[in-house]
Amino acid sequence: MTTHDHDFTAAPFLIEERPWSPRLSLRVRPQHRETLARSLGLDLPSRIGHRSVTDKTELLCLGPDEWLILVPAQGRDDLMAASAEAYAATPHSLCEISDRDITLRLSGPQALTALAAGCPRDLGSLPIGNAARTVFDSATVILWRDGQDSFRMDVWRSFLPHVRAILHKVKAELSSGL
Amino acid sequence: MLLIHCPYCDETLPEVEFAYAGEAHIARPADPSALTDEEWRDYLFIRTNARGPHYERWRHVHGCGRFFNALRDTVTDRFVTTYRIDEPRPVLTPLEAAE
Repeated sequence: MTTHDHDFTAAPFLIEERPWSPRLSLRVRPQHRETLARSLGLDLPSRIGHRSVTDKTELLCLGPDEWLILVPAQGRDDLMAASAEAYAATPHSLCEISDRDITLRLSGPQALTALAAGCPRDLGSLPIGNAARTVFDSATVILWRDGQDSFRMDVWRSFLPHVRAILHKVKAELSSGL
Repeated sequence: MLLIHCPYCDETLPEVEFAYAGEAHIARPADPSALTDEEWRDYLFIRTNARGPHYERWRHVHGCGRFFNALRDTVTDRFVTTYRIDEPRPVLTPLEAAE
């Protein structure tokens, strides 16, 4: 039997914790980017905040020399092997960081309002399909905009109780009509 | 809230995402042991403390993580320009200098 997150009280937005999935951090100097992308078979976007999505793999450019890679478990092992092979010719660093973050999904008509409670950026202007590393009340988070009112938020696990507490407080305030 | 343009992200973003990192264009002496105590003190501690245009470093700490340089007026807090760390110091036009 599958379980669903029902929204009985018509809450202004829904907070769900996403299940664990592998993630990797890739660092490579800009002059080696194209060579490495070819040997790993990845499409590394060059603009910060842009994503490239191929069937199950998601890549996000976080900095001039930094990418975040979300892959299924099988793809991760293949990628690690390809990386080890390419290492001698193209110096880079591919490091697994799966346990560092926990991902929350925020969705619902007032998801943007909830994020505005802690994030100073104008998230309304973040294009759908992009993502940004930013700050949520002192915690660095990565915000992925998947739809008009649908976001994923990667939070370092030690900051999660703090971020969650703020989001629940905002939810209570919005529900009571404040 | 100040808005700062990050030359790496190419976006103008709130100040909260950034961290100040002191005066820019201070080169570490090539041979520190050849310096006198006074010269070493000047390198370590003595800063311009400018009133007006000031070249300074900032870091986009909650973002791309990069250090970059900025030219900010310390009187008005206005950012005249920001530029990448490897770019030369931009020349102030007389108009900007007069502000």
